Amino acid sequence: MKHESIEINSALLIILTLLVISIGGLVEIVPLFHIKGTVEKVDGIHPYTPLEQLGRDVYVREGCYLCHSQMIRPFRDEQLRYGHYSLAAESQYDHPFQWGSKRTGPDLARVGGKYSNEWMTQHLIHPQSLVPESIMPSYPWLMQPLKFGDIEARMRALRDVGVPYSINQAEYDANVKKFGKALADQFVIANGVASVKEEAASQNWDGNPKEITQMDALVAYLQVLGTMVDFSKYNQGYFSTFR
Amino acid sequence: MSQSPENKKGQVETTGHVWDGDLREYNNPLPRWWLWGFYGTIIFAIVYWILYPAWPYADTYTKGVATVSFQTPVLDKEGQPVKAADGTVEMHTKTEHWNSRALFYQEMQTSPSALAQQEWLAKVKDMSFEQIAANPDTLNFANSMGHALFGDHCAACHGTGGQGVLSMNPEASYPNLTDNAWIHGGDYTKIVQDMTNGIQGNMPAFGALFKGEKLTDLAQYVLSLSHQPGVNEEAANRGKASFATCAGCHGANGTGNQMIGAPNLTDKIWDFVDVTGAPTIEGKLKLVEGVIDHGLQHQMPKFSDRLTPEQIRLLAVYVRQLGGT
Repeated sequence: MKHESIEINSALLIILTLLVISIGGLVEIVPLFHIKGTVEKVDGIHPYTPLEQLGRDVYVREGCYLCHSQMIRPFRDEQLRYGHYSLAAESQYDHPFQWGSKRTGPDLARVGGKYSNEWMTQHLIHPQSLVPESIMPSYPWLMQPLKFGDIEARMRALRDVGVPYSINQAEYDANVKKFGKALADQFVIANGVASVKEEAASQNWDGNPKEITQMDALVAYLQVLGTMVDFSKYNQGYFSTFR
Repeated sequence: MSQSPENKKGQVETTGHVWDGDLREYNNPLPRWWLWGFYGTIIFAIVYWILYPAWPYADTYTKGVATVSFQTPVLDKEGQPVKAADGTVEMHTKTEHWNSRALFYQEMQTSPSALAQQEWLAKVKDMSFEQIAANPDTLNFANSMGHALFGDHCAACHGTGGQGVLSMNPEASYPNLTDNAWIHGGDYTKIVQDMTNGIQGNMPAFGALFKGEKLTDLAQYVLSLSHQPGVNEEAANRGKASFATCAGCHGANGTGNQMIGAPNLTDKIWDFVDVTGAPTIEGKLKLVEGVIDHGLQHQMPKFSDRLTPEQIRLLAVYVRQLGGT
């Protein structure tokens, strides 16, 4: 093909330009799906329970990621402030992931268990009542009821992209083996609505036991963040063997 | 004297492309600085490929020849760290291809700031709390470390200066650490214990036991313990009998019990409801009645998973100084 025919045919020029540029991206991304050790071998990571997943959807809906990242980098100052650096394995069931590089507020990758449920609730309703110098906006509407009728559809959609929520006995059995019975029961898509109700009632998330609120779901999600891996089980240096 | 294109015609080679019949493009050589810069980037890339992880192939990638060394525990056949007789973990040097995680371990062990911190940690390791607080240098270290840790782990509830949050809603209040009242005790060992294991504060609801006038009388008596202005002495005397129920935790004369975290009711310090801030006696009564009626549940998370014992010790030195006796 003569160079001139590319230069005078804009459609052809666009297609060939895209092709050349995408090679750069593909060379960087595609091998990660084939390289062993991209996702570390580590115990404890499991998909979100239906209530946590709904909380995650609230998190994304409210745009929390615009100010809060969920990725602790492997630097000393990050470790001292936030805890162990984030693993790829810890975001394997995140669709979409919440890594981010914009930290107007602190990183939330390991916020689970750091504050009490009461604090979380009060802080989300009116941050300045607890932290006067905070610039975080208030989210009082989170105390409104949670719509969870569509949880099963949400779980099916996540299953389509690889999250192991189960639709049949074989998948359920595999989950029992991998995550234990208690969690596997919550990952049954057909039980989605019942699981949400059960988990919402299992503890006092937002101080309002009378109804299932969006706050219940969001607090449940925040309290599980970064808590799945027991890092005391792994020796210093173990995770660098995957890099 | 600039040359017009016409003058140059025939002297400089053109690319041979012709637009609109007479527009041509000169084929001038690239500036030398640019050309060498370009070659430089190619050489840089080749050096980079040799030194660092670069090219993927099959299920792995070229690791490069650059290495990073750091200390890691010696493992036995089961993959468990080998411990010496005195309990210290045996370490050896591990060398890996260059990667950010190995660099991180190296930074944690040998960066100047890490070494400086280790030096001070070693200094205070075998010192008692009192010794750390008595020596200006170690106290300075404990304070700077404690201040940073406090800002990150404690300030969200207890305030940046440890002043706590006191509101009309007991659920949204967090104890002040700078006053004289230690709800759960202000000994170093007790502070360490509470930070390590967390606290489950629980006052039961007495709404079923005390209602209406009985509840108000009891609240009057509670307020009389700290000599609040405007208390109705007569009502307070009536409420005294009911206080027997409260005495189990708060003590017969209301001075509290740090062992179970029952606050002293005879001082003028309020940790969960802002009685002082209520302008009228009716407002004060309402706050106290509310607590008696609904009880009070407060929990402080445990920090054993987030902070090392050494960090908690230094934080305790810092926190102890915030409060009074």
